[in-house]
This record gives sequence, structure tokens and C-alpha cells, in this order.
Amino acid sequence: MKKTILIWLALGLASFVLLPWHMTDDGLFDPRWITDGVAATGLFGTLAGQWWLAPAGLALVVATILQLTIPEPVKRARLTLGTAGAGLFFMAVQGLIIVRAGPRVFEGVLTGDGIMAGQAGMGAGAGICAIALLFAATISLSQSGKGQGDAFVVSTIGLIIALVGIFVFFPVIHILVRAFEVEGGYSLTQFFPRFFSSDIWGLGCLIGPRSCGVAINSLFLGVMTGLGTTVLGLAFALIFTRTDFRAKKVLRVLTVLPIITPPFVIGLALILLFGRAGTVTEFFADLFGWEQTRWLYGFWGVYFAQLLSFTPIAFLVLIGVVQGVSPSMEEASQTLDADRWQTFRYVSLPLMRPGLANAFLLGFIESIADFGNPLVLGSGYSVLSTEIFFAIVGAVADPAKAAILAIALLSLTMSAFIAQRLWLGKKSYATITGKADSGQNAGLNPVLKGLCYAIALPWAALTLIVYSMIIFGSFVKLWGYNHSFTFDHYIRAFGIDFENRRLTGVAWDSYFTTLTISSIAAPLTAIVGLSTAYLLVRQKFVGKDAFEFSTMLSFAIPGTVIGVSYIMAFNFPPIELTGTSIILIIVFVFRNMPVGVRGGIAAMSQLDKSLDEASITLGANSFTTVRRVILPLMGPAILAALTYSFVRAITSVSAVIFLVSAKHNMATAFIVGRVENGEFGLAIAYSAVLIVTMLAAILLMQLLVGTRRLRRTDRVQQTAKAA
Amino acid sequence: MKDTQTGSVRFEGVVKKYGDVTALKKLDLAIEPGKLVTLLGPSGCGKTTTLRLIAGLEMATEGKIFIGGEDVTHLTATYRKVSMVFQSYALFPHMTVRENVAYGLTVKSVPRAEANAKAEDGLELVGLAGFGDRLPSELSGGQQQRVAVARAIVLEPEVLLLDEPLSNLDAKLRRHVREEIRQIQQRLGLTAVYVTHDQEEAMAVSDNIIVMNNAEIAQIGTPADLYEAPNSAFIADFIGDANLVACDIEKVADGAATAVLDGQRYTVPSSDIANRSAQMVLRPHALNLGASGLPGLKGEVTYAAYLGKEIQYTVQTDVGSLFIISPVQAEPFQQGDAVSVGIVADHARIVAA
Ligand SMILES: Nc1ncnc2c1ncn2[C@@H]1O[C@H](COP(=O)(O)OP(=O)(O)O)[C@@H](O)[C@H]1O
Ligand SMILES: [Mg+2]
Repeated sequence: MKKTILIWLALGLASFVLLPWHMTDDGLFDPRWITDGVAATGLFGTLAGQWWLAPAGLALVVATILQLTIPEPVKRARLTLGTAGAGLFFMAVQGLIIVRAGPRVFEGVLTGDGIMAGQAGMGAGAGICAIALLFAATISLSQSGKGQGDAFVVSTIGLIIALVGIFVFFPVIHILVRAFEVEGGYSLTQFFPRFFSSDIWGLGCLIGPRSCGVAINSLFLGVMTGLGTTVLGLAFALIFTRTDFRAKKVLRVLTVLPIITPPFVIGLALILLFGRAGTVTEFFADLFGWEQTRWLYGFWGVYFAQLLSFTPIAFLVLIGVVQGVSPSMEEASQTLDADRWQTFRYVSLPLMRPGLANAFLLGFIESIADFGNPLVLGSGYSVLSTEIFFAIVGAVADPAKAAILAIALLSLTMSAFIAQRLWLGKKSYATITGKADSGQNAGLNPVLKGLCYAIALPWAALTLIVYSMIIFGSFVKLWGYNHSFTFDHYIRAFGIDFENRRLTGVAWDSYFTTLTISSIAAPLTAIVGLSTAYLLVRQKFVGKDAFEFSTMLSFAIPGTVIGVSYIMAFNFPPIELTGTSIILIIVFVFRNMPVGVRGGIAAMSQLDKSLDEASITLGANSFTTVRRVILPLMGPAILAALTYSFVRAITSVSAVIFLVSAKHNMATAFIVGRVENGEFGLAIAYSAVLIVTMLAAILLMQLLVGTRRLRRTDRVQQTAKAA
Repeated sequence: MKDTQTGSVRFEGVVKKYGDVTALKKLDLAIEPGKLVTLLGPSGCGKTTTLRLIAGLEMATEGKIFIGGEDVTHLTATYRKVSMVFQSYALFPHMTVRENVAYGLTVKSVPRAEANAKAEDGLELVGLAGFGDRLPSELSGGQQQRVAVARAIVLEPEVLLLDEPLSNLDAKLRRHVREEIRQIQQRLGLTAVYVTHDQEEAMAVSDNIIVMNNAEIAQIGTPADLYEAPNSAFIADFIGDANLVACDIEKVADGAATAVLDGQRYTVPSSDIANRSAQMVLRPHALNLGASGLPGLKGEVTYAAYLGKEIQYTVQTDVGSLFIISPVQAEPFQQGDAVSVGIVADHARIVAA
């Protein structure tokens, strides 16, 4: 252990002396900083008057000396822990205080030219120093208690806490602070009137002609969508599990499609169908002479699109719940002479109640966090997520207003999230992944069955039509006006000039950026998510509940809020990331992390704990156990986490739209731009390509899982024959 | 001191709590090197917890744990020289039998060739030479069990821990495997701690048995001690079948107690029982059933079952219902017969009520 700490400390010292402390303009791998004459590394910076950099270096030196001189392990560990902790603390403090611009704390005390000039964001040197200090601290912590803890486990916990702290809590705190900002300072008293203004919480629409506040709009939409998706999801789930419906496979496919559909695409297809120039609208206009209205661009349009988008999520939750109702209970009820309706009404339904609540809350959270559909369809019905966006990018940028709206949105999702946790406890998630009961569930009574069909089947048909529109719409010249067949949209987006060997399509740049960033983010998400899952399932430590809660928190933070908070927090030192591709990767990792955690928990719970324990009692440490026992057995779960985070990174738009830059544009942001310009054909063609890309990726991953299994059975057969 | 030897285990006032649940109340115990000691007791009494504390998979809430005289209270499982055989065997399904057995060696950076050679020796010891290339899923339950044992012993642990190692085997195999485990343990002179809830299994394999009940030790002793000199009604009932009958103690002298049962005096071997009211332990084999009129407790046969080599009776008497096993007689008693039950005082025991 001493050796490991020393290696980290040496690495930290080396980067303090040799690497540029601050971010350089030229990028990470450009060596120009060495020769440009500016004192750049931590050490030279300190000597050149940036004395506030000294504590980090000093802590590294002192910790090294402590490691080398103190023989008694516990004392050595405690002192090192204190030193490294102090080093980290001063690093953070100097980073937050000595900034280039913006309001400054301790202005009166800290003066001087050097300080007033400020400093750039932290760079490679600072980053590696911080990591070295962090690991020196965590390894020491594992040695300093009365027990000999596991350095790997403590370090992983420390690292994840640090990452979640910096990339989830820090930006959210920024929003909170910005919400109190008024011209030239901060004010507590101004916050409340602004937060509770009728623009946000007004109930005008209930009593008169005025419209309601945006938060009320969001709330109403959320409740409606939650109810709608739950009912639809239940109907689908009942059909799927309790009837002999033929085309169950088709239903399955319908549940996968929305996962690989960028969120605004359904809105787009709805425009093509029901918009002012939409097919259906025109059809009825011709037939009955109805007026072609813009009804779609308001509450109903958004609601419609959200139902289509989120019903599959409710279905996935409820199918587990419906299957989880033990058949023996239903059989018991029937042997007591209850008929099928009574059995459903008095046995099955009450047993499903927690699952239904869970599905409702998920639908609610998804709805009010949804950004794509309101952006495309909601011009007549403003909701929080889009208002936040317009407060940032609109004609009059008003970050303070965005911050206040973000807090309103956050308080809604957070309340739902906390309600879900309190009410349903942790078990509610087990139903999502729960195994099916092997027995025979009671069939539905005919009326109920009819009702389910009547609700679900038209819906399934509509979903199919919507998706055909996406294909069809990309091949016509100008939707609603000129329906002649054309490849124009695809050529404009993905054209290739073979003679000059150039990619002439306008979409190529963002397409490649998207693929690159998603493929970098996916493994990172899987690593962070699965290590968190490992800690949660397999390790005991103080504060585990709080740890779990905070890692799940980003699930309840809407993408819009994350986006706003990131541009507020990472636009200036100490961590300056806006405009880079790093910030896109980071935002995906921490937004999709809860999914990785969930998947990891599910997979890990299926691995018998005695496997790890066997490895540990055989003398392996946690790291070896993870590497040689857990990882090899988690193959499918890892692939699933990879696929899912890859797909989510490609389809997400809400957070991304704030963070893209001219240099690093993402596909979804590009498409939204086209939609705003009215270039529907191009937008839809691009979306279709994205969907196909993701389908290919999913199939590829499935194939990999499949061949893995095959190989294993091959081996079994061979050895069986040999024996 | 004896317990500084390699392989000894000592608990000093060990308490284990899971939140509000107390899984072990202040446990003191000492296990001698080279002995096979069984932890026996009803489900939930804390056997597994005790075993996991020795392994280092759980940390004691209070108290100290010593292995080979060394204080290991705060040492995690990785660093204790203890191996464990799990109830579920916990064989790594993605590794071959040989890789499984060699695992503990390879994580200690033993060169691969040497580790494989030792693994082969281990497999030979459990009678599975030549099975090294199979996957665990290609072995029968009994074979998997033996691989788990081999994997644990190739590390030459100070203490071998076994948590209900036979519970997943069928009855016939169980007897065979437990004999093998006992032989290997004796041949290698290992200290072994063996958890089971089956008293017959415990009697068959152990040097010493630690009977646990309600998170405490109820009695420690050799199998014979426990059967012949139970110190409580619980032990008497748990180790072998017993009828427990309330009686009064008149006096205790010279290691014998004079007990009054149904007006009759019996002189029963006993350690000192201070209470006046106590319980007499009557083993089913040690009761003589005779025609009514013979001396003994008056009763009526309420149930009789013919089992071939013996007959089991349930007899209702004034002191309660008695379970009696008697050899097959020419004319067995029938249900409803009036009988008398003779007590052989030398075979009876007295325990506190
Ligand atoms: N991880 C745990 N968390 C909470 N309670 C536990 C845990 N493990 C065991 N217990 C409790 O401790 C008691 C003893 O359990 P155990 O040692 O497994 O009993 P057994 O003798 O059957 O092996 C039981 O009441 C059990 O419920
Ligand atoms: Mg147990």
C-alpha cells in the first residue's frame, strides 16, 4: 500500500513540476506551452508569483516525506490523510477564489496584481495533482481506521464522490446561486417574489382567459402524460401477458423503437400527419371542409407526442409488475369462486398498485423533463424545459430567469423522485428487472380484454404510422405540397463527392462528432455506472444510502437543467470546459450514469455473493476479485450498459443543445436547427439515418453477446466429448 | 499457551450486531489446532455468522478474534490464512476445475506451473485427478463439492471453514462425502470449523461440538458428552430424541440426584442440580414397555408404528405423553392397550426445568 501511495505522489509531483497547471489555449497535446515564455507548470507558476499554487505541491512533498519517514502504519496513514486532504482543500479554495472575472469573495483581503489578473481554468497539471492527492487520501483512509479497509474500494468510492460532486452537485449549486443574482450583486429578498411570480405558478387559466404559469403548464402536462402512459402501458402489458394475442413480437418491437428515436422525431412525424399541411388534416379538410388549424401546436400536440414517446417506458415497468403478480394468488382467488373480473379487481389490481404508482411517477418525470417534443410542437403551450432554453438563447438572454425556472423544474422532478423513493422504497426497481413467474396467470375477463384491445391496438397502429411517416417523409420533395419521390434530402445531408474524395453532405461533421463522442462516452458511462453498482451491491460502508441517493440524483435532474447548469458552472475558471468536446462527453457520462447503475445492480444481484466471498477468502483483494471473477461473469450486462449509453448519447438533445459549439456540433442539435428553419425533409432524413445507425449498433452488440454464449457452449460440448 | 499454536481459534467476548438484530451475544470460545469442531444449532442461531467472523467476511461489533494466537480482529478476509467451503460451493463458473483450484495460488503470484501442479495434487487428494479441464457445470453435485474442498485446502490454510457443505447433496452421498472430509482433515491435521444444523452429521464428524441457540453457546463438548450429559432441556431435546418430564429433586449427593416422579423415587446420575423442580430426560430407547401391572408409570398406548427393526409407541401417561422405541416383540402392543412404562434410572438424566 505504501508503494501505491508513493507512486501516486510521485506522479502528482512530476505533473506539478513538469505539466502546465492551467488549461492552455492550444489544447492538451500541443507542446507549444513549453516554449511560449509563460511560467506554466505548478512549480514555475509558484516561483513566478502565483503563490496560491504552492499548497498543492507542498502537500505532495510533505505527504511523500511522511510516507518515507514514519514507520508506524496507522500514524503514517492518518498524517498523510490530513496532509492530502488539506492540499485538496486549498486547491479547491484557490480555484474558486482566484478567478479571472465575475464576482469575487474576500475581495478586500486578497489584493495584488497577480490575484487581480486571475488565472485560467485548471489544466492537466492541476488535474493529475488533484487525482494524486485524492488517491493518497483515500488509500490512507483505508489504512487509518481500526480495520484494515480495502484501498481499492475506498479509492473507488472517493473517486465517484469527487466526480459526482464536481459534475452533478457543483453545477446544480451554481444554478441555485445564479437564481439569487440581481443586477450588481445577490439578493435573498428578490428571489421569492421572482420565484413565485404568476408567470411561473399562475393559475389564471382556471378562472379566466389568461394563461397559466409555465410551471403549472408543466405540472398539468406531466400529470396527464403520467396517467395516459400508465393506462396505455397497463393495457399493453395485460395484452402481452394475459391474452393469446398473436402479434406479441410486433408489440415488443414497438417498445424498442422509441428508445432509439431522438425525442423530437415523433413530434416531427405528427406535424407531417396532423400539422396544418399534414396528410390527415388535408384529408379531412377536403372531405368535410374543415378548417386547417394549428391545434397540434399546443397542449394536445405535445401531449400526443409524449404519449407516443413514453408509453413504452410504462409498458416496460408494468410488464414486470403484471408478471410479478404471483399466479398462485390468482389461482387461489379463483378456487374461492371469484370470477375473473373479481379476481382482477380485488387481487391482481391491488397487488399492482405500487407498480402503477411507479409507472406514473416515471411518466411524470419524463414528461416534465421532455424538451424535444415541446420544442417542436409547443409554440402555443409554454413549459419549463423550453422556457429555460429560450431564456438562455432567446433574443434577451436572461441567465437569472433561466436559473429560477430551472429551480422550479428541479423542484417538480425532485419532489416526484423523492415521493417515489419514500413511497415505494428500493424494491420498486426490482420489479423492472424482476423475473417472470413460471406459473399460469389468470386470463382476462372478456370485457376487460376488449377494453385493452380497444385502447392499445389503435395506439400501436398509430405508432406504426408515425414511424412509416419518418421513412416516407424523408423521400418526398416538400411535405404537404410536393409529394414526388426524391433522394435530395439524403444527398444534401450525406452526399459524397467521389471524384474529389470529399464529403459534401452538410450532416457529416455532426454525424462523425456524434459517433465519436458517443463511443467515448459509452464505455466511460459503463465504467462509472458499473463500479457504482458494485459498491452499492457488494460493499458496506458508512453513508451508503446517501451515496446511492446522490448517484441516482442525476436521474431526477432534467437535461435542460443540466445543460443550463453546465454552461453556468463550466464557462469560467476553475473548470473551463464550454466549447470543448470534453464537456459533451462528461454530460453524457453523468446523465446516463443512473442507467448504468441500474443495469449493473440488476446484473450484480444475479451473481451469487458467495462467488466474491470465495475469491476474497482465497486471498484475492477486491480489485483482483472484480477483474477475475465479477467482470468476466458480467459480460452481457456490460454490453447492455454500453449499448444503452451509446444510444442515449446519440438521441439526447436537451442538455446537449446548450453545450454544442460550432466546432463540436451534435446530430440532434443540428437536426433541431434544421427543424427551426423549416427543413423538415432534411431533418427527417437525418433522423432516419440515426435510427438505422443505432439499430445497427444494437444488432452488432447483440451479435457479440450471442457469439460469446455460443463459444461457451461449444467448449462445454468439446470437453464433454473428450471426457 | 496452547492457543498460540498455528491453527487455533479464539473468540473473546465477540458481539455481532446487524443494525438492531443481535446475531451473536458475547461469544467466548477456543478451538484447538488439528481438531474438527462443529457449530450446531437450529436455523438462525448464529452459526454462519460465527463462521464468517472467523473468515473475516464480517467484522466483530465488539470483542477480539485470534487465529494462531495473532489478533486478527481488524484484518479483512483477504489477509487471513483461512479458507472457506461455501454452502453453494461458489465455484467460478467461467474457470475450469483446475483454474478454480489454482485460483488462490495464482492471486498470490505463485508461478502458473507450480500452481497447476499443486492444484493437480489437491484434485488427487479429493479423488478427482483428471477432471482438471472440465468446467464446474460438467460435474455432479458431489464432485463440485469436492472441488470446493480441494480449492480451499491447496492454500494450506490455518483453519478450514465449511458452511453446511453437504446440504445440497442427496442423503446417500452425504454420508460418503462427510466421511471423506473427515479423513482429509485428519490426514492433513487441519483445524476445521464445520457448520451444520443436522445433529447426526455433527455427531458423525466432530471431535467437539459447539451447540448454539439464540445467538449464544448452549453447550460445548464431545458428541458423547452432549448425548450423555446434556446441561439443559434444549440440548437434551436437540441431541438425539428425548422425553422431557417434570420432576422434583429431593436431594443431590455423590453425583447422584434423588428425583420424585409420579410418587416414585429414582436415583439418577447427575451433576449438581440446585433447583427443587427439574426435568428428567428419558431417551426413547431407555424406556421399557411392559404389561400393565408391572412396576412403572401407568399408561395407554395411543399410537403404535411397526418399522421393521423396531416399533415406535406413543404412550399417554400421568406425567405426559412419552415416545418409546422398543425392539420387535412376539406380541406387540396395540393401540388402546393399557401398559406400564419402566424407567431405567441409570440411563435417565436430570436437567434444569
Ligand atoms: N447480513 C445480515 N443482515 C441482517 N441480519 C442478518 C444478516 N446475516 C444474518 N443475520 C441475522 O443474524 C441471525 C443469525 O444468522 P445466521 O448466522 O445466518 O444463522 P444460521 O445459524 O442459520 O447460520 C439471524 O437472525 C439472521 O436473520
Ligand atoms: Mg447458516
